[in-house]
Amino acid sequence: MRTEPITDASGRPIPVARTWHWGRWLAAVVALAVAAQLAYLIVANPNLDWGKVAEYVFHDRILSGVWVTIEISVLATALGLILGVLVAIMRLAHNPVLSGLATFYIWFFRGTPVLVQLIFWYNLAFLFPELVLKIPFTMIGVKWDTNDVMTGFTSAMLGLGLNLAAYFAETVRAGIQAVDNGQTEAAYALGMTPAKRMRVIVLPQALRIIIPPTGNEFISMLKTTSLVYVVAGHDLMTNASQIYKANNRIMELLIVASLWYMLMTAVATFLQGRLERRFGSEAVRLVRGGGLAARILPKAAA
Amino acid sequence: MNAPDKQPDKQVVQASGVRMSYGEVQVLNGVDLTVASGEVSCIIGPSGSGKSTFLRCLNGLEPVLGGSLRVLGQEVGHTLRGDRYHPWTPKEFAAFRRNIGMVFQRFNLFAHHSALENVACGPVHVLGTPGDRARALAMEHLERVGLADHAHKRPHQLSGGQQQRVAIARALAMNPALMLFDEPTSALDPELVDEVLEVMKGLAAEGMTMVVVTHEIAFAREVGDWLTFFADGVVVERGRPRELLANPGHERTRAFLSSVLHPKERQDHQ
Repeated sequence: MRTEPITDASGRPIPVARTWHWGRWLAAVVALAVAAQLAYLIVANPNLDWGKVAEYVFHDRILSGVWVTIEISVLATALGLILGVLVAIMRLAHNPVLSGLATFYIWFFRGTPVLVQLIFWYNLAFLFPELVLKIPFTMIGVKWDTNDVMTGFTSAMLGLGLNLAAYFAETVRAGIQAVDNGQTEAAYALGMTPAKRMRVIVLPQALRIIIPPTGNEFISMLKTTSLVYVVAGHDLMTNASQIYKANNRIMELLIVASLWYMLMTAVATFLQGRLERRFGSEAVRLVRGGGLAARILPKAAA
Repeated sequence: MNAPDKQPDKQVVQASGVRMSYGEVQVLNGVDLTVASGEVSCIIGPSGSGKSTFLRCLNGLEPVLGGSLRVLGQEVGHTLRGDRYHPWTPKEFAAFRRNIGMVFQRFNLFAHHSALENVACGPVHVLGTPGDRARALAMEHLERVGLADHAHKRPHQLSGGQQQRVAIARALAMNPALMLFDEPTSALDPELVDEVLEVMKGLAAEGMTMVVVTHEIAFAREVGDWLTFFADGVVVERGRPRELLANPGHERTRAFLSSVLHPKERQDHQ
């Protein structure tokens, strides 16, 4: 908006009148009033004990729940990423059996609700009371009681990780296919095998393309972990629900849990922003090196 | 390089009746062509004549479906064991291609690597050369194509001509016995064509065996030992560049040449 006067032909400055955007002001006032009213209804609610919120927000069980939520999120995301890359490569394989199996995997895990998968893993003991790992046709091996292995924590990690892998596989596949085919030909012409071309040329570029969406997956995972409370995974939501089942302060504890989820999401969003600044432009141009993917993956003459 | 008496002792490429098709479309209809060691063989022809496909057959990027194609003494894609030819595994293809450099129309540099890393990539990952040594060698190759100052730039920071010179250095880093050029200057702005052709002339002068698919008639005349005219998936005629350009034996060749040569060049040939 121009604030400096406009000079006319004779050199005389004529000021510019200020425009009043009455509509904008009105809309802002109405929106603020509605928001303030809603906030007041909650904050000043006589049935809500903010003292309890303050009492529980740094409660030991809440803090340990926050920690478990972060653990499950990180481990499930890591499992999902590694498995997702494998499934994506299988999906693109020339071998119709591998490609078919990958397609089935993606369809199966995307086609069933995460909640169902979590409960399934937690109750695996009904199908297999014992988990046995042994060398075929020998007696050498190890055996576990399924209920010891499939705790809330491990079933949460497996359920969420396997599920994420199905979604992530499609992201990775898109990333792999986004790498220009000419580079594949150049890699072959240099004498690389298909596997080496994938590892040295295609994946490092594909992973850079998909790093920003990966951040989104992690942020969404932080909150998906709240489903874990159905299998008592000792995460934030589980612990909060156990406290409110005992003292009946449901709203207060939901607020406590939400505050922590919001904080974790804010931190993750901040980290994702940094990742994206680092790799975002690269996702388009695929140029800069020395990043996370470059450090993890072997690189020519680095 | 035009000395016609270069000893043709070693045949690097021996193609006889090479056929190739994409589904129903017959692309190569029986190509006969030989390239001797140290020769520069240029291939010209209208688009769709199969010249690029033939070049890609030479290092196995496209499969030969009929006839026989021997490159560097090997039947491309197959090994004779006992009474049968066995198709190559990806590993065997890779081992074969180590000895053949290829330069593409669209450069195809590795976008996540610097110019230096692009050149070092083959030696490090294919030959197992230690990183330090590979980088030092890569630097020498970049110097040779005049790009030592740009060693640490990414492909997108280089002009088309510079990218293509990096691509040539990348191929040379593998110490190839044969270099294939697939229209190396077709994607370049006119003012960038010469810097790439200069590098190729230097290579030819050093005795590199080269097969060059090109539209640069002047380059073919000056540098080529042989000029081959492709049309409809066959070799229409082949000869010494000056003779072929001055006196094309076939109507197809005459029509093609008159469509690609500038008026001044046409006078030069008459």
